[in-house]
Amino acid sequence: MHELSIAQSLIALIEDEMAKHGKKTLLTVKIKHGRLSAVVPEALEMGFTALTMDTRLAGARLELEEIPVVLRCRACSREFTPEGSSAFAPCPGCGEELGHAVVSGRELYIEYLELE
Amino acid sequence: MQIPVVRNILEANARIAADLKDFFAGKGILVLNLMSSPGAGKTTLLERTLTDLAPELRMAVVEGDLQTDNDARRVAATGAQAVQINTEGGCHLTSSQVQEAIKSLDLEGLDILFIENVGNLVCPAEFDVGEDFKVTLLSVAEGDDKPEKYPLMFHISAALVLNKVDLLPYVDFDLDRASRHARVLNECISVFPVSARSREGLDAWYDWLRQRLAAKRASA
Repeated sequence: MHELSIAQSLIALIEDEMAKHGKKTLLTVKIKHGRLSAVVPEALEMGFTALTMDTRLAGARLELEEIPVVLRCRACSREFTPEGSSAFAPCPGCGEELGHAVVSGRELYIEYLELE
Repeated sequence: MQIPVVRNILEANARIAADLKDFFAGKGILVLNLMSSPGAGKTTLLERTLTDLAPELRMAVVEGDLQTDNDARRVAATGAQAVQINTEGGCHLTSSQVQEAIKSLDLEGLDILFIENVGNLVCPAEFDVGEDFKVTLLSVAEGDDKPEKYPLMFHISAALVLNKVDLLPYVDFDLDRASRHARVLNECISVFPVSARSREGLDAWYDWLRQRLAAKRASA
């Protein structure tokens, strides 16, 4: 349940950006989260709702988009997304099991805000 | 009006963690973030390590705990400095908590600072706390598929301590399977099968600590 502290950090960033741009109302937050970062969207939404209740951020829409895991094979440099539920897998090109680099899947960032 | 932001949501935590890392580098202190599920034996491993290496190294511990100071008292009983962070139910330590906690430690001449994270294999993986290395502990009573279930934790750890190997005759835990899966997630991970209780395998763990400390001091 680290979503509550993620929601806290998220709110601080949003307030910072709103002040920077001189805006008073938050309509939408778009968040991208990598699959390896293990964010549970429902938990993050609940945390955000709970922490923004009776504030000027209340009622804003949270849009979450998951970024799949992309690995780069150490042996043949092929980039691939492991199939099924597993986060890691042998390279489908050459079969190498070890040493794949994580190209994406660990992200956790705000892509954009819709402010008024 | 849509405003592109592209800011890491955990940037505040990451910034303080980077400051802490610089601070510890300046003092030549090796910092390890110790993580595991509850009951894997983090505190017992620390008790042994602090006792056995006391003649040669100065060590201190930041203890993360949900509610109690039981672990900090156990660690302090070895004679090492210990400071407690109560997370009041929070499932991981943050860099700002560590920054605050170390104010009550005497860091002069310290060799190793252990940060015992809250028992949890998911959340602590997301929050750097200024450490040089993450160390994950897994006990053989837990099941050898843990690396598969919690890939991030093992992917980002420099060392995996497989604890309670004295229980191997009584449990269905395949050391090779666990090590293999950990290596799939992180080829360079150092694996130490140990029993903090019977002391089996601890020498290899201690050698790793000495080597990492020497490497850190050499690169300073």
